[in-house]
Amino acid sequence: MKPQRKSEPEIDFNAYPDAAGRFGDYGGVYVAETLIAPLAELSATYLKLRDDPAFQAELAHDLKHYVGRPSPIYHAERLSREVGGARILLKREDLNHTGAHKINNTVGQAMVAKHMGKTRIIAETGAGQHGVASATVAARLGLECVVYMGETDIARQAINVFRMKLLGATVVPVSSGSKTLKDALNEALRDWVTNVRDTFYIIGTVAGPHPYPMMVRDFNAVVGREARAQMLDEYGRLPDVLTACVGGGSNAIGLFHAFLNDRDVRIVGAEAAGEGLATGHHAASLAAGRPGVLHGNRTYVLCDDDGQITETHSISAGLDYPGVGPEHAFLKDAGRAEYVGVTDVEAMHAFHLLARSEGILAALESAHAVAQAIKLARELPRDALVLCNLSGRGDKDVHTIAQREGIAL
Amino acid sequence: MNRIDQRFSQLKAAARTGLIPFVTAGDPDPATMVPLLHALVTAGADLIELGMPFSDPMADGPVIQRANERALARKIGLTQVLDMVRAFRNEDARTPVVLMGYLNPIEIRGVEHFIDEAAAAGVDGILLVDCPLDDATLCAQMQARDLHLIRLLAPTSTTTRAHDLAARAAGFLYFVSITGVTGAARADAAAIASQVLSLRRHAQLPVAVGFGVKDAAGALAIADFADAVVIGSALVERLQGGGDAADVCARARDFLAPIRAALDARKAA
Repeated sequence: MKPQRKSEPEIDFNAYPDAAGRFGDYGGVYVAETLIAPLAELSATYLKLRDDPAFQAELAHDLKHYVGRPSPIYHAERLSREVGGARILLKREDLNHTGAHKINNTVGQAMVAKHMGKTRIIAETGAGQHGVASATVAARLGLECVVYMGETDIARQAINVFRMKLLGATVVPVSSGSKTLKDALNEALRDWVTNVRDTFYIIGTVAGPHPYPMMVRDFNAVVGREARAQMLDEYGRLPDVLTACVGGGSNAIGLFHAFLNDRDVRIVGAEAAGEGLATGHHAASLAAGRPGVLHGNRTYVLCDDDGQITETHSISAGLDYPGVGPEHAFLKDAGRAEYVGVTDVEAMHAFHLLARSEGILAALESAHAVAQAIKLARELPRDALVLCNLSGRGDKDVHTIAQREGIAL
Repeated sequence: MNRIDQRFSQLKAAARTGLIPFVTAGDPDPATMVPLLHALVTAGADLIELGMPFSDPMADGPVIQRANERALARKIGLTQVLDMVRAFRNEDARTPVVLMGYLNPIEIRGVEHFIDEAAAAGVDGILLVDCPLDDATLCAQMQARDLHLIRLLAPTSTTTRAHDLAARAAGFLYFVSITGVTGAARADAAAIASQVLSLRRHAQLPVAVGFGVKDAAGALAIADFADAVVIGSALVERLQGGGDAADVCARARDFLAPIRAALDARKAA
């Protein structure tokens, strides 16, 4: 960690976003006029609920009894030994109900939807984890649920599509554009513009217009708050490095946020470098993109010189997104977090290594974080602590992996 | 004086309802684009709204999404859009042209640079779907080049918001007739009439109504309370499939001329 120069005023990272939903130059509200008033109403409602002890108590109750929180921190001893460096610790979000961190956010947003009297839930999904988590909370509250999913993602995440249907949701295939997460988001926004009066849009990541990047972060920040307390309790100190995969960036900001003002904790986000950053076939918006405007906020985007959003590639559907949450853009520019690329090959290698050394099948998204944790552990001394967010479990990915490795199931 | 202001004062003096067709630049075919724009004028367009293709048109319905995809497949970017306007201006110095699109392509090109280029090419106004009200820099730069930033209003806009928008708007206000995307449901004229009338009284700017206007009957219903009618998806749908310039222009005229005639046959609002 570079020493902080005394002359520079320290940023209080808890002070963001500002009232206009801005994280420095990023974030904001870049949407069609139809959504301006509904977003303002959502902001006002959410801010009121955030300070309401009864709401927070209900949320805490659900996180404990329905989601299964707190999730443990697990010391991956055999993995660490095999890597030969720092100790790798895993925050086990894969053990949550529905198998990923996504449920932290959907439980919270569904409670907001209920308070606003909305009868219909819509969501976009890439890997399907957010779709499943949305269908889950909608089923529990007896709300209609429609999930938009790109045709490409439907093909590679068939298990999650079926799970959503079992939970009573309607899955709408999206055939426009690249047929992946960004197009699903476009289509969900179009639905919301049309049905805004009775519909609540549960965005699954820390992107979209304000207040979504703030609200989704707040609901996922339980991960970092828990982890920080667990570290102090179980290890007597904070970790040296945090790492998490970054697509839209919700699990990453969830882990990072409670540590942002702990300047000695290094923070590294792992983006999907796909076939390699140099090939252009990747989804690393922060590592290889530029500031622009997409899906309602100003952030780093992958686009060509004409400003057209480019198609992305990642083995992992959940990271296959050409934008990123505006708070990550802010953390990058502020130098508080580093964002690096992890290739498909590196993620696959980490997936297998974790499976064989620890008996854990990680989601392909999370395998990017594990790969980064391995890289970091190699560079650090044995007594260093690397805390990696294992954001989801890999059951949904077994078909993709088998196919990639030429195995017929 | 900006061509948009001139045109609306002419319309007012003549007690006519304005007709604003929308086409996506480069669709159905870049080669027939300039003749198509002239054909729209011949068929009775008072102002032309020209779509700047974008990969992620989140406020547009399927018809205009596909038009964007077709235009992008033919490599139509902002450079080509401005070339089309310049070519149109060579023969038409009077019909106002408003560019419609999304912020990212303009951001990447450089906002200030693009405004200069657009003004030089003969553009009169720019309508950005995802441009927030508080972008003061953009407003100031456009004002300096006598370009109008056209503001959208929606049925969900609060009165305070509508007044804020009206106070900063120039040229005309664009009232989105439905909660929805372009070309979706048929506009329900009765549902929005009072909102539009109160807006016209307050804003002292002309109000155009669009989204969900598909034919002469729909346009007539809107003309009862609006200064102008925008027709987009229904026209774009009629043009898809392309053809040679004569064919594309004939289809545009066949579609637009009856609407023009119907509007002219009634007493303007």
